[in-house]
Amino acid sequence: MNDKSEVELLQELGDTVGKPTIEGNPRMSCRNVDVFYNKDSQAIFDVSVDLAKNEILAMIGPSGCGKSTLLRCLNRMNDTIDDCVVKGEIKLDGEDIHSKSIDPVLLRSNVGMVFQKPNPFPKSIYDNVAYGPKLHGLTRNNAELDDLVEESLTKAGLWKETKDRLNKPGTGLSGGQQQRLCIARTMAVKPEVILMDEPTSALDPIATATIEELMYELKSSYTIAVVTHSMQQAARISDRTAYFHLGRLVEVNQTNTVFTNPEHELTENYITGRFG
Amino acid sequence: MNTQDHISQEYNEELEALRSKALTMGGLVEENFTGATKSLLKGKTQLAQHIAKEDYKVNALEVSLDEDCSSLIARRQPAAIDLRNIFAVLKIVTDLERIGDESEKIARFAAELDNDATSMKFYSSLKSLIISAREILSSALDCYARLDADKAMEVVQLDSGVDSEFMNLNRTLTTYLLEDIKNIEDTIKVMWCARSIERVGDHAKNICEYVVYVVHGNDIRHITDEEAE
Repeated sequence: MNDKSEVELLQELGDTVGKPTIEGNPRMSCRNVDVFYNKDSQAIFDVSVDLAKNEILAMIGPSGCGKSTLLRCLNRMNDTIDDCVVKGEIKLDGEDIHSKSIDPVLLRSNVGMVFQKPNPFPKSIYDNVAYGPKLHGLTRNNAELDDLVEESLTKAGLWKETKDRLNKPGTGLSGGQQQRLCIARTMAVKPEVILMDEPTSALDPIATATIEELMYELKSSYTIAVVTHSMQQAARISDRTAYFHLGRLVEVNQTNTVFTNPEHELTENYITGRFG
Repeated sequence: MNTQDHISQEYNEELEALRSKALTMGGLVEENFTGATKSLLKGKTQLAQHIAKEDYKVNALEVSLDEDCSSLIARRQPAAIDLRNIFAVLKIVTDLERIGDESEKIARFAAELDNDATSMKFYSSLKSLIISAREILSSALDCYARLDADKAMEVVQLDSGVDSEFMNLNRTLTTYLLEDIKNIEDTIKVMWCARSIERVGDHAKNICEYVVYVVHGNDIRHITDEEAE
């Protein structure tokens, strides 16, 4: 091992090793995705990967490897960045998310996102969760909205802690509670896929464990893609793990395989702490 | 095994120290087995008694290596090659400790058989079994030291040779038991020694299987030779 330099290994890098695609109908699929931040700066090179239904896909890799960029492609968050060009094909349930018939706002309700730092709106706990359903007209009356808020907060494991203080500001909750509020807010608009960009990096170990437990429970209803810098977290929570390196998707495999016997030397070097 | 190149120099040193200690234990166990079988073959009582008392060192190394492994797992959360390496040390150490126990048994019987002609009657068959077992143990430890999975696969095959040597000796001893009931006690002692020597071959084979696991990540235990290939 390590007979070759990182640069040599990267030059030899061909197709993604492991099982980046799945048999059957994936929830989301990416084919030959390239992302440019301007003409001269390519962030992602020819990435093809599937997200299966009811799975957690962990995306790991050193800083700047393109994992968050790919995550943001999945609900067209990169549209908001000037000069960002996404090439290739990304499909949700077989439909191209870049097709003209797709409304990006509606797409983002189907493919929700939870960010690194909890970012509740400066509104009440209730309004934080009710905001999306109101915007998309998902409920017909206040009773239905109340039920949806309760259902979302319950799924996020936050109902018992907040049912008596729904009118208090969301920003008054603890960090872990705020992150669960953001997850409840995401779930309130009935997504199919939840994207999480380092969802626990700002949280303490107990709050992290609560979020991880929540992710495990959500898996039965949703497809989850999570970017994480914590390899132990990827090992704990995900079904498959994707390793990115300098914009290339090096390996996708069952998480157990990646952490015990990875196929690619670059993956092994990274997860054993030989660079990163 | 590459224990180097981690970002943490301390981690490099801890893995290297673990490997070094496991190899030290392997050397000590090999020395004890060689001494025990030598005393069995040549009737060296003092050597046998010395070997019988040496097993505590092997036991102490087993305990120490187990502690080192659990500490590394708890503090470093090893993955991939590092995880397989530590896991293999945990398993190999158990086999080495058992080889140490078998050596101790052989040495104790050898001390009791001193000046007795019983073991000499089977000298040729015993010697052949001992040479096979020493060879497989030495090769297994060499494979581990070099992490040579290809050689380890070859060494795994050698165990069937040790097994057939043991069966041959067993047949001879059984015949002798039937023919000379007066010497039944000593003959049974030789039989126990032969059994211990055969077990050393099994443990050496296990070590080779762990070498393959460390290098390739494949578990070749309890499968056919064809599947292992």
